[in-house]
Amino acid sequence: MINRLVLENLKHRKLRTILSALSIGFQVTMILTVVGISRGMLEDSVSRARGVGADIWIKPPGASAISLSNASMPEKMIDYFRKQDHVTAAAGTLVVAIGGISTVTGIDLEQFISLSGPFKYLSGGPFTGPDDLIIDEWYANQSKKKVGDTVSILNHDYRVCGIVEAGKLARLFVPLRTLQDLTGSTGKISQAYLKLDRPENTTSVIDSLKVNLADYTILSIEEFVSMFNVNNIPGLQAFIYVIIGLSIVIGFLVVGLTMYTSVLERTREIGILKALGASPPDVLTIIVRETLLLAFAGWLAGIALTFAANALINGLIRANLQSVIVTGWWPIALLIAVVASLLGAIYPGLRAARQDAIEALAYE
Amino acid sequence: MSNPAVIIETEGLKKIYRVGDVDVPALRGVSLTVPRGEFLAIVGPSGSGKSTLFHILGGLASPTSGRVTIDGEDLTKLSDADRTNLRRRKVGFVFQKYNLLPTLTAIDNIRIAQHFGRNREALSPQFHSLLKELGIHHRLHHKPRAMSGGEQQRVAIARALVNNPAILLADEPTGNLDTENSEIVLHLLRDLNQKIGQTILMITHNPEAAAYAHRTVHMRDGKLVD
Repeated sequence: MINRLVLENLKHRKLRTILSALSIGFQVTMILTVVGISRGMLEDSVSRARGVGADIWIKPPGASAISLSNASMPEKMIDYFRKQDHVTAAAGTLVVAIGGISTVTGIDLEQFISLSGPFKYLSGGPFTGPDDLIIDEWYANQSKKKVGDTVSILNHDYRVCGIVEAGKLARLFVPLRTLQDLTGSTGKISQAYLKLDRPENTTSVIDSLKVNLADYTILSIEEFVSMFNVNNIPGLQAFIYVIIGLSIVIGFLVVGLTMYTSVLERTREIGILKALGASPPDVLTIIVRETLLLAFAGWLAGIALTFAANALINGLIRANLQSVIVTGWWPIALLIAVVASLLGAIYPGLRAARQDAIEALAYE
Repeated sequence: MSNPAVIIETEGLKKIYRVGDVDVPALRGVSLTVPRGEFLAIVGPSGSGKSTLFHILGGLASPTSGRVTIDGEDLTKLSDADRTNLRRRKVGFVFQKYNLLPTLTAIDNIRIAQHFGRNREALSPQFHSLLKELGIHHRLHHKPRAMSGGEQQRVAIARALVNNPAILLADEPTGNLDTENSEIVLHLLRDLNQKIGQTILMITHNPEAAAYAHRTVHMRDGKLVD
């Protein structure tokens, strides 16, 4: 019977109920989208790192594993790596930030192909000059670039020479030499990839490399990609916490205001309930159930909105941001919505529960 | 000590409201005895204290001093929770403004009173025939806004009776009704009193309404007069 009263109360003010649920929905979407983007970006990074096809990843001393490094490894090291037992190919890359989280990667195309195999060109072909640029399909779609177009990167104009399938190392490739010269790192690379005769030799090769390169970070590709998680990206975890905190505040305010106006508006009805024998806990129960129902409806709306946000992000700006649906966070988002809503309902609920029946009945 | 033939007994009942720094006496010593099965009208002008008496007898407020017993239960020393409990078991209210819950249908208004009365039984055949007598059995699935004032008040009477209260308290039950509907409601109250022996306390300032009762007491300035 109480559930029917709760449902009818929410139906009675449909617009208010819908708007409140939508506000909670946006709160839920905010959390799920931030988590979905974090996860999507990391998964994309992992698949691109795996897509190289290397067995070992090497980074010079200093800087953390997945932040952008300074180019401090001499390019000659590649020859040294190549001479090691079991190493069949080695390639160096120079990764340079070009604003935001985007990067451009310099490669020696022949060296890179010897390690990773040929690119799958969707149109165009390999570098033919020093100012050529290879882009992946996502970048091409998003920036509407085709072979022959000009792209300006770090104040330098490049000509798109080829568009390749996404999923290998990077989105933007330029000749290593050009990028080295433009960034003042001639003869330097920022990381190296090694391919071995057999993957089982990975551990022994790493051990023997470490003897002479004690300061270098030398990881198997699986160890390398395992570092792509939320905890290893500086500030990401904190950012997610901030978003969750903001969502709780929004949920608290929205539900607080909704339930407060709803309780004020129903002062007289609360008086009636009390005259009928409702105790303060009975009245509180009604407010709490209405709140829980709002939070649940908001959560469902939030999940629907997250799918929409996900489709938009991946459809429009996939080269910059990738988003995935993280179902594991759905229960967490529900919990957050419920907690925020209940916090918002505390004051209105107690006010209703404590409402004096005679005053409430006299309320016009 | 309690006499089973007496359902309401008050002695020297006083209620003083504090408004700002001023004490406002609403009841100045009311002594009233109501036998079980009586239909009593309390008549008085506004401000005479009859609403305060109504609230105290209904367990909505507690007296400042004096004694009040309802169906053998001394209300004077009851806590808020105990008074809530008393409302559930012993009192049915009918108000001037009907006070149905607007979001619920007539039958759900009755059921929610059952719910808060902790009355888990299905509506009895007797109650269904009461709904027929009240002339609302065909309107049970309508919401208050689809009903006339007279119909709403009859639903409110059914709601007040669903938990078989010891007393039915009616505060100006015809105050918002036209003459025809007033007569219908007053006839119904009198029938209920005669047929099922329902004790009814009706507050009114209308002498014609009071004429339906067995007995009329008058209130003025917080006291019973004559």
